[in-house]
Amino acid sequence: MATPELLNLGFEFVEIFAFIVLATVGLAVIFGMMGIINLAHGEFILVGAYTTSFAVAAGLPLAAAMAVGVLATAAFGLVLERLIIRRLYGRLLDSMVVTWGISLVMIQLTRIAFGNTAPGVGIPFGQLPVVDGPVYYLVLAVVAVGVLGGLYALFMWTDFGVRARATMQDEATARSMGVDTDRMYTATFAIGSGLAGLAGALYAPVMTVTPEYGTSFLVEAFVAVVVGGSSVLLGTILASGFLGTVNAAFTNLAGTFMGQVAMLVAAIVAIRLMPDGITGLLSDLREKWGESE
Amino acid sequence: MSVDSSDGPLAGLRRPFEGPNTMGNTPAFWLGFAVAVTVLAALPVLFGYYAAEIGAVFLAYALLGVSLAFIWGYCGILSFGQVAFFGIGGYAFGVVAINVPTLTGATLGLLAAVAVSTLAAAALGYFMFYGGVRDVYVTILTLVVALVLYTFTGQTAGGEWAIGDARLGGFNGMSGVPDLAIGIGSAGLEIGIVAHYYVTLGALAATYLGLRALVNSRFGYAMVATREDESRTEMFGYDTTFIKFAAFTIGGAIAGLSGVLFATQNNYIDPSVFGITAAALPVVWASVGGRTSLLGTVGAALAIQFVDYQLALSGSEWALVIIGSLLVFVVLVMPEGVAPRLRDLVVDYRSSDPTPADAPAGAEEVSD
Repeated sequence: MATPELLNLGFEFVEIFAFIVLATVGLAVIFGMMGIINLAHGEFILVGAYTTSFAVAAGLPLAAAMAVGVLATAAFGLVLERLIIRRLYGRLLDSMVVTWGISLVMIQLTRIAFGNTAPGVGIPFGQLPVVDGPVYYLVLAVVAVGVLGGLYALFMWTDFGVRARATMQDEATARSMGVDTDRMYTATFAIGSGLAGLAGALYAPVMTVTPEYGTSFLVEAFVAVVVGGSSVLLGTILASGFLGTVNAAFTNLAGTFMGQVAMLVAAIVAIRLMPDGITGLLSDLREKWGESE
Repeated sequence: MSVDSSDGPLAGLRRPFEGPNTMGNTPAFWLGFAVAVTVLAALPVLFGYYAAEIGAVFLAYALLGVSLAFIWGYCGILSFGQVAFFGIGGYAFGVVAINVPTLTGATLGLLAAVAVSTLAAAALGYFMFYGGVRDVYVTILTLVVALVLYTFTGQTAGGEWAIGDARLGGFNGMSGVPDLAIGIGSAGLEIGIVAHYYVTLGALAATYLGLRALVNSRFGYAMVATREDESRTEMFGYDTTFIKFAAFTIGGAIAGLSGVLFATQNNYIDPSVFGITAAALPVVWASVGGRTSLLGTVGAALAIQFVDYQLALSGSEWALVIIGSLLVFVVLVMPEGVAPRLRDLVVDYRSSDPTPADAPAGAEEVSD
């Protein structure tokens, strides 16, 4: 009797964890590495979802359509960075206001151009046998973990990653060492956008794609980035784990709405206790620990 | 900075409202201000009942914009959830006034709504500023609070979500919010549509003058110093945490008042006031008008909402596209906003004017 309940809780956790990771990771790259608060993050997700939906409607297989969605969003981010975003580096609050404006424009343009819904995409792979939910959610979780691993490899092990991190750390020095910093910013922004597009593409089969589609990711993404703190990967993982646990537990006890509210309240309390996020607290602790030795 | 007492008979009267933190410390400015208030006051006379009905909503929005410009422009706190206090004020008025269906109820409702929104802002401000939450985290936290309220009020459709006779009503909102009134029992003054317009205009003008006096007081200097360099201000012995807390609370109180004026005008309030688009609007007004200019924010709020309304009337879908593009354009081209840019142009023009009579006025404004 207890086992299926436990399985359900576990499944719920995996589902929410994957959602928060995928919703957050693009935003976290752009915020953590570039200091741009992208309030149009939800609309980047929207670009991925719409492109995927239309590609499926045009007859592409789902996986290929999703790839198209990711690439289209990355290209979109690249253009936007060249045109607007690069004027906003170092202007944190201005970046927030401008991207908010972009978000308003994009939502409304989407509505004008495509109406109130995109073509539907069916959920692949069918239902799970034991717990109540589609197999597809497990695929999403695997992809989420894969994305985190891939990002780690990209930024830690490749030449590009070293250059990108050097640019974010100290632009002047990086440039004097021969790094094309402008290109690093553009590329990093495009990667962040592509990751947002991936979230949109992956959730296109699960959630109805409307012009407000992006806003359903926005809250989780922002909360997770802030709770996570400035260290992109570790912060995303820890914050998603923490928020996912709270959300899954309360959803199980008192329904979806209470899960959502409990998660947001937990986030507010977490920010109050850890103003620099979980990773900020960790580095403080590490410092203290180092001193006492 | 120095106010010239030989500027006219009203100089003594003007003095509390003038100083380095506001623009327009000249007789000409005050004349213009008086003309603007007169024109606004004449609108219902010229265009009738309907103009008063619509205009009051714009004025209530302008008051909301001012509450944000005050804390953002002068203290550096960007609250993306200023609408939270606006909505709390509106809902609180509705709950009290619906439960006490006499003039006492409306009077109590007004007091209770401002008190509740002030307390809410104080609680959130205490929680954030005394907890060491800073900069962008404050912005995101306030936004999250607004969105939590949106989620919460949105699911209150069921009959169990009622406070006394007042049903919160979920996404359908709370209808039957009474008109604003001052009185006890059935004796008193009921504030109808046109009177409501004048009450809102009066509240806006009074708030504007009050905030002008405040930002040009010692507290205002301390606010601006906190905005410019918080740790240095703290080193000089100011309690910057308290300054931010106090400014945020005052902003919340004003936003709550604007929420009451909004809800009593429409006789209705719904969760969309907490929504993402609504949350963005005060930020848009303050950015476009100029967040360090209270009057610029008022002008931007009135102008943008008027254009938005006209576009909506004509059935155009382009309102949000235009407003969003305007926001992007202004922040990229005029980071300080329209009003400070205009002021700079005026100052440049005056300082190129060789007549010495204008020189003191010019110098006075440069010191802003």
